Amino acid sequence: MTLRAEMKLSRGSFSLSVALDVPEGTVLAVLGPNGSGKSTLLGCLAGLLVPDDGVVTLGERTLTRSPRLQVQPHDRGVGLLAQDALLFPHLSVVDNVAFAPRSRGASRAESRAVARRWLSEVDAAGLADRRPAQLSGGQAQRVAIARALAGEPDLLLLDEPLAALDVDAAPAIRGLLRRVLRSPGNRRATVLVTHDPLDALALADHVVVLDGGRVVERGATGEVLSAPRTPFTARIAGLNLVAGTAEEQGLRLAGGGLISGIPSPDVVAGEPAVAVFAPGSVAVYPASELPEGSPRNTVAAVVGALEPHGPVVRLRTVDGDGWAEGLSADLTPAAVAELALEPGTPIRLAVKATAVTIQPAFGK
Amino acid sequence: MLWIPAGLALALVVLPVVGLLARTDYARLPELLTSGASLNALRLSLVTAVLSTVLCVLLGVPLAVVLARSRSRGVRVLRAVVLLPLVLPPVVGGLALLFLLGRNGFLGYLLDVTAGVRIPFTTTAVVIAQTFVAMPFLVVSLEGALRGAGDRYERVAATLGARPWTVFRRVTVPLLLPALGSGAVLSFARALGEFGATITFAGSLEGVTRTLPLEVYNQAEADVDSAVALALLLIVVAVVVIAVARPRALEGRP
Repeated sequence: MTLRAEMKLSRGSFSLSVALDVPEGTVLAVLGPNGSGKSTLLGCLAGLLVPDDGVVTLGERTLTRSPRLQVQPHDRGVGLLAQDALLFPHLSVVDNVAFAPRSRGASRAESRAVARRWLSEVDAAGLADRRPAQLSGGQAQRVAIARALAGEPDLLLLDEPLAALDVDAAPAIRGLLRRVLRSPGNRRATVLVTHDPLDALALADHVVVLDGGRVVERGATGEVLSAPRTPFTARIAGLNLVAGTAEEQGLRLAGGGLISGIPSPDVVAGEPAVAVFAPGSVAVYPASELPEGSPRNTVAAVVGALEPHGPVVRLRTVDGDGWAEGLSADLTPAAVAELALEPGTPIRLAVKATAVTIQPAFGK
Repeated sequence: MLWIPAGLALALVVLPVVGLLARTDYARLPELLTSGASLNALRLSLVTAVLSTVLCVLLGVPLAVVLARSRSRGVRVLRAVVLLPLVLPPVVGGLALLFLLGRNGFLGYLLDVTAGVRIPFTTTAVVIAQTFVAMPFLVVSLEGALRGAGDRYERVAATLGARPWTVFRRVTVPLLLPALGSGAVLSFARALGEFGATITFAGSLEGVTRTLPLEVYNQAEADVDSAVALALLLIVVAVVVIAVARPRALEGRP
């Protein structure tokens, strides 16, 4: 079901004013720092908060038309997955997952059968009879995903689903979300709230960037993240993305070169992928100097633009060898002065392989 | 430095009990405890305390949920009112009940005229008095637990399609069970020990309203040994309550 939402809400000094469109079968990522209104936005969509003014429709159904109509959360057909799994501690895993079908009137046996099907869908069938207290964070989040999906929601809301997981568990859950969100033929609209551009990259078709309750940028995920139009987006979400084909050691470029990096667990060799690295991890050298030492990836480039970003200066490259075009690098003002950088200066960039992750290519 | 006042405080709690134990006539204990009046009082105490605990749970759980979850401003005032029996001298509570439900009280008069029901000086009055003084214990411990837990689970349950009553039944109440257990034990203990409100509102009629504490008071004038034996019985019941139920509030755990 396609989600259309237009909402205004004020609480004290904070105000939210957002319009969104999420076509059915797609994922929209809402990126923004803490306090930008992401959670408020989800609360309004879930029906837990009432916007002062606005209209929310899901397919043919109107969920909110302020101030008259406000469909209650339990009647919305909305699934919510939060940062914490929030499994009901007094119910077994299978009964947690069976909660939604049971609440909609299915018999105990029916709803447990549905629950077991969803548990095997998220590779957690073996956990069915455990108590939530006996699960690791990653296992609990798997079960929470199954529980949210078992209600067969038309709209799925993900509120920082990976933020509370440790670094070992997060990639696997991200891979799982990728699989279930992108399962062919699903008619769900999904809204993913996150502060991590990597989550958006792995999961979302489109991105909106939120700042102080306003949308400051929106567009296809790859475009917004790799070529942000506003300095704000560049600061919170700016990433270097280079497209190619996954290999065991990194990413093979169309031109034949190789970027060394660490493949994320859900990447498959031979499939389209992107190398991702933050502007802060790019080192800049004079063109004449070949950096010695550990950085595996070096490339010649030309300075395109220099813009201050808070305490750092962000350098953007124009043409260069192979993958060097359109990259960003963050430097201190002192380094900019020392290297005498200005638009047109030839430079050499270096990125440590450990700072590069290879992600499956986003989108369709 | 703190050891001295701490020791004094402990002595203040423990020594009177020791004094009572020392004063007990253990040879006559079985005989004193199984006398007709004592057994009557014990039976009445257990029955009324159980009934008022049940009332506390039935009425107190919804009240605690409303107090903890409501966002309206008047609720803050309400909470103070609910705490009133906790700080009020029980005798005052008993008098208040008498002037509400007594023959001259407006509700009591109404009940008498319309239904021919007279509450004061009946076993019902004992249960009402005990519920009056014991309910705040249950409400306060439940409300604390509800606030501590927040409503995150309830919100998740709602997004999973559970109607408010289903949420209450399948999420709120099960999560509340530990606090409900300790709150109910506290209420039971308070109801069992209730004296002032009972004697004012229900009087001291053997077999009808004379519960164990009233019997202790009654015997203290006639037969001290008997009073001591009954007091010992109340202490044993209190110790059993603490040992068996171990209410978290009594153990100092959050």
